[in-house]
Amino acid sequence: MKISIDDLNKAFESRIRLGIMSVLMVNDWVDFGTLKELLNITDGNLASHISALEKLEYVKIKKQFLGKKPNTSYAVTKQGKKAFNDHLNALEKIIKKST
Amino acid sequence: MNEQAESIAQLKEIRSLMERSSRFLSLSGLSGVFAGTYALIGAWLAYLKINQFSSTLTLRSSYRSDSFDYDDLALFLVADASLVLLLSVGTGLFLTLRKAKKQGQKIWEPVSKKLLINLLIPLIAGGIFCLVMMHHQLYGLILPATMIFYGMALMNAGKYTLHDVWYLGLCEIALGLIAAIYPGYGITFWAIGFGVLHILYGSIMYFKYER
Repeated sequence: MKISIDDLNKAFESRIRLGIMSVLMVNDWVDFGTLKELLNITDGNLASHISALEKLEYVKIKKQFLGKKPNTSYAVTKQGKKAFNDHLNALEKIIKKST
Repeated sequence: MNEQAESIAQLKEIRSLMERSSRFLSLSGLSGVFAGTYALIGAWLAYLKINQFSSTLTLRSSYRSDSFDYDDLALFLVADASLVLLLSVGTGLFLTLRKAKKQGQKIWEPVSKKLLINLLIPLIAGGIFCLVMMHHQLYGLILPATMIFYGMALMNAGKYTLHDVWYLGLCEIALGLIAAIYPGYGITFWAIGFGVLHILYGSIMYFKYER
């Protein structure tokens, strides 16, 4: 019985990237600080994973000013949503194959 | 079968993060139990006061109807309801803070702001509407209206906290509508809606999430 791990998206092989996508799937725009708190990782760690997802066009970025403070927030793109949902379907298929 | 275990773990983590980032999970079910208890006591006191009021009214029917008595009764009921509300909110906040600390979460985050706005707007609208009804002396529908508005506020807020709140809201709306059809039993329905249902849902939530 061949378990199709090929359908799993390599981009989501990192727990942190899974986490970022999970949060962005259910919230419109999430700012850097909130993501950092939710995932409990360092600035640099988060920044590098986000830019990787951005390069894949799964995540889009919005920079604005809240008063005087710069604020960066992120949202999932249409491609990102599709890619993540495909990944979730693949995960579920793998799990179902055991029953 | 390592793939299965890993996939299950991944899905679990995904679901947990999705929940944590979009819902305020520190709401304590115990606050419902306390709020329900306060409401039952408040309803009982209101019932006693109204009984006392109607019996003195029949004694005095030969005299001019004092607007004094009505105001006194109205004041008591408003004070009663306000006290129940204050104690419920106060206890709820205390218990929620305690649960948040236990979970290592903060209570003031973007999710709580969303929750508060979605809860307070229908609630305040309901409160103003009830004041307007009082002004127009439409007393019979005030209690049902409080339940209906409260139920809608809960259904709205239920999207941003534990989902059980959504179902509680649904029950409150149904009960409020029934109460509107039978205006004579206002206090009874109020006691069920704010008392019994809160204790019921509060206990369910407490044993589901905290025990």
